[in-house]
Order: sequence, then structure tokens, then C-alpha cells
Amino acid sequence: MSEHSPRLDRPQEAGPVLSVRGLSARIAGQQVVHDVSFDVAATGVTALLGRNGVGKTSTLKAVMGLIERSGEVVLDGARVDAERTERIVCRGVGYVPEDREVFAGLTVAENLRLAERVGDHGTSPARKRLVADLFPDLTQRAQQRAGTLSGGQQQMVSLARALLNENRILLVDEPTKGLAPRIVSEVADALAAAARTVPILLVEQNLQVIDRLADRVVVIDAGRVVHTGPARELLDDQAMIQRFLGVHAENEPAHGEPVPGAAAHGKGAHDQVREAATIAEGGE
Amino acid sequence: MSTLILLLVTGVGLGGLYFLVASGLSLIYGLMGVLNFAHGSFLTLGAFAGLAAAGAVGAGTWGGLLLGLLVGALTGAAAAALTELGLIRPLYNRHIEQVLVTVGLSLATVALFEGIWGPNPRNITGNAWLSDTTELLGARIPNTAFLNILAAALVLGGIVAFLRYTRYGLIIRAGVENRSMVTALGIDVRKAFTLVFAVGGAAAGLGGVLAAQSLNYVSPHMGASLLIFAFIVTVIGGMGSLTGAAVASVVVAVLQQLANSYLNNSGDLIVVLLLALVLLVRPSGLMGRTA
Ligand SMILES: Nc1ncnc2c1ncn2[C@@H]1O[C@H](COP(=O)(O)OP(=O)(O)O)[C@@H](O)[C@H]1O
Ligand SMILES: [Mg+2]
Repeated sequence: MSEHSPRLDRPQEAGPVLSVRGLSARIAGQQVVHDVSFDVAATGVTALLGRNGVGKTSTLKAVMGLIERSGEVVLDGARVDAERTERIVCRGVGYVPEDREVFAGLTVAENLRLAERVGDHGTSPARKRLVADLFPDLTQRAQQRAGTLSGGQQQMVSLARALLNENRILLVDEPTKGLAPRIVSEVADALAAAARTVPILLVEQNLQVIDRLADRVVVIDAGRVVHTGPARELLDDQAMIQRFLGVHAENEPAHGEPVPGAAAHGKGAHDQVREAATIAEGGE
Repeated sequence: MSTLILLLVTGVGLGGLYFLVASGLSLIYGLMGVLNFAHGSFLTLGAFAGLAAAGAVGAGTWGGLLLGLLVGALTGAAAAALTELGLIRPLYNRHIEQVLVTVGLSLATVALFEGIWGPNPRNITGNAWLSDTTELLGARIPNTAFLNILAAALVLGGIVAFLRYTRYGLIIRAGVENRSMVTALGIDVRKAFTLVFAVGGAAAGLGGVLAAQSLNYVSPHMGASLLIFAFIVTVIGGMGSLTGAAVASVVVAVLQQLANSYLNNSGDLIVVLLLALVLLVRPSGLMGRTA
């Protein structure tokens, strides 16, 4: 069925950690992902971008086997597209879903305990220390019900659940959605720290966060991949941002501070994003 | 006064029997979204197997009773686990088909039981103490009521401890909330399905042996008649809520006893009215999650 221990057969850093080929997916009989293909490199952050409702979440769910899908999903050289979700996860895929999906009735400690896995890509003492260092708040609130946490704290729980394990890749879906600017930069800090240890496929709307974290981008529109390339190339091109993401870098709603000045000053979107990111983090 | 005490205690005892059936129904529905119509068959099978085992070492003896309870529980657990593995699992996530299969199984098994043991109730040789009564505040309470209350309390405590302190209990609690996220943490939730069926089947099988002691007979239909009230209890308590099932079991059974005694045998009618009232005022049940 699939090759075992593929990592030993492959030179390090060579191929992508995750390859998606001709992936289609349907929800309730309706096709929402159309023949999507892209790679996630073995290091750094690959951002999966696109307007609301274009199929980013569905693409991640299809990779995870959470919705009906067809096409090839290759993880570490092994086909996993016929496998059940829990098998895929145990191969080292950490999933941080949209809207956190913490178990509200369980305590923080129980949420984390549930996420601990055994085996090759399972929980390790080093990972537990990393989580404790990144999210000291969670240790303090161990006995609190996750449903009573703030959105930001719930996001920390959701991230921690994925970071507890020696994953080969993380799939992270809109981790800053609906969070206050200060919390957005805390989440971005945690993701930046995580990205030093594991490659990440990140769905994100906040351009400042994309600018800070993303190395490469894959853009989806109407369930199809419409652009792939270095993150910089997209962020420096106001017209491309407008076309693919439907936002002006300078007036991103809900996230962060609005950027003063704008294209009128002749700056590239990238510089504006830089400024905005500085403003957001300067508030700390 | 003594009549009221008698009705209250026997009501709670009957509630204990309801809870032994409803606890499994509630757990299974909470985790899997399946109404298990075959649950009554686990009870009936447990009753017949338990009484056969009791008869083998001496019907009416304490040893026979204890062995009967044990065998009844194990039989219920085995039947339920086999049902889950053989019929429910192949229909993973197809809830309507799963429910239909349990309906079919319940009809087929009742026919099977009738074929094996005959359609009529069979009297059993009860334990002498259980056939007796104990005086409590002037009321003469059948001893089976105390046994039912004790058994239901132990099962409730056992299930609560299991849910709270074991890894599988954690998985089940999480799965009741959000099953797909449990799989997305790398956990094979299907094992929890089998386990929940087995635990529910064990409680039902135990309930079968106890019901036979209370009724003084076994019959291929005893599961089906208890199941109706267990369903009502589960709905009133809030589908998927174990505490809700426990509270509703007692409320329904006590109300039923009181109405039967004071209101012209209208117990069943009152229970159905209560069900309608709860559904109107609180559609998610007493302790159900509002969603
Ligand atoms: N549970 C669902 N039922 C029906 N349609 C859905 C469901 N979830 C998503 N969709 C549809 O699938 C498409 C893609 O959604 P999604 O993957 O959530 O987009 P994105 O994450 O890019 O915002 C949208 O058109 C959305 O309406
Ligand atoms: Mg989405």
C-alpha cells in the first residue's frame, strides 16, 4: 500500500513534505475543491490564501480526510489519501482547525491530554516543554474549562494540542480570526517559534501576519489554485493582492490597526504591511 | 403516609431499572448520534442468559443471583459489542441506516427469542429475601426495590468514574462534544463506539436480570416494554446527558407510580404528557445541551 519509513529513503530537505495532486472535495454532495495541486516545502511557512468561501478550509479538511475527497495526497513520500483521519494524524500531521474547536466542556489539561499521542510522531518531553514555554497561561489555567477561556486563550489551546507532538507538518486554519490586535501578534509569535521546528501550511487573512510568517503562497479562487510563488512577490504587488485576496493592504478590516498613508505615497504594499506589523507589535 | 412512602421507594426502584436501560441509550446517542432500538434485546438476552446461569448453580440462592447478574451483564455487553462491530460499524456515519438496522435487529431478535423460549412469560424461582418485604417508616417495601436502587446507583457511580478518570472516558466525553475533532487528534473513535455499546449493553443486561426479579418472570417482550420508557426518560433527561437520564428516570418512575395509585392507573398517560410538556418547553430535555 505505502512505503514505510520514507524519510530514511529520501535525502533531507529534498522534496516537499506534503504534495497535493488533483485534489477535489465535496461537502453535502456539492463540490467545493476542484482539482487542486500544490506542495508544502519541508521547512518554513506556506500560506494558503484566498477570499472568504473559496475553499481553503475545505482543502485542509480534504487533506485531513475529514470530508469526502479524491485525488492524491502524499505525505513524506507516502500516499495517504485513502487513509482515515486518525491514521493521517498519527503520521505526523497536526491540525489547528478554523474556530479553534477546543472541547468546551473539558478542562485545558484534559484538552491537552487528549491530544497527546504515542509513537514515532507522538508527544515528547521536549515538545511539552516548548508548549509550556510558549503558553505559560495554559499551565496556570490547567483546571479551567476550555469553554470559559477567551478566544485568544482557546487558540493557544488549539495550537498547543498540535505542538505537543513531533509532527512532520502543521495545518493551521485562520489562527488569528476574530482576535484583538495584541493577541494576533502573540499568536503570530507562537507560530513563528513553531515554524522553526516544523513546516506549516497556514491559512490566514491578516496580511501583516502573512508578511511576517509566510515564505511561499498558494492562492485559491473558487476552489482552484490560481497562483503559486514566493510570499514577497505577492505582498509587493498591490494589484495582485487586490485581485487574489480582494483587499487593499491599507484597509484590512477587523485585524490590526489600519495602515496610515497608502499607495498614494508610492510605497509598495509590502512596506505598508511592514509598518502595520510594527504598529501592531509596538503596542505590546 | 405509608402508601406514599411505598410509592416513592418503589418508584425510585423502578427508576433504577429505567436508568439501567436509559444510561446506555443516552451514552450511545450522545457519542454516535444513533438511537439504538435494539437495546431492549440486550436486556432480554441478558435476562434469559443470567437466569439460566443462576438456575445452573441454584435458582433462588444468593450465589445464583450474583452469578445471574454477572452473566446477564456480560451477555448484554457481548451482544451489544457484536452488534456494534457487525452492524453499526460498517454503516459508519450513516445514522439513518444505523437506526434502521437497530430497528430490524430488535424485531428479528424478539421473534428469535419467541422461537427459542416461547412467546409467553415464564415464571422464575426468586431469591427468598428478594420476594420478601422490609418495613420502612410503616411501609412494607418489596426488597427488589432496594436491590434495583443499589444496582442503579453503583452503575451510575461506575459510569461517572469511568468517564471522569479513564482515557477512554475522556475520549467519550470529547467525542460527545465534537467527534470529528477527536479523530483529528489522531484518535480512533470507533473503539470508543464499541466500548460505549458494550457498557450500555452490560447495564441493560444487568437491568434484565433485575427486572426479572422484580416481575417474577422472564419474557421475550420485557426488553421492548422497558425500552419505551427508557426512551422517554432519555428524551426528557436530554439526549446524551447521563445525569439527565438519572434524574429523569426517577422523576418519570415516581410520577408513574403516584399516578397509577392516586389517578386511576393513569401512570403511562401522565408520563406521555410529561414528555410532551418537556418537548414543548425545553426541546433539548432537562439537561440536554441547547444546540
Ligand atoms: N458545512 C457546509 N455545508 C455546505 N457548504 C459548505 C459547508 N462548509 C463550507 N461550505 C461551502 O464550501 C465553500 C468553501 O468553503 P470553505 O472551505 O469554508 O472556504 P474558506 O475556508 O476559503 O472561507 C463555500 O462556498 C461554502 O459555502
Ligand atoms: Mg475557512
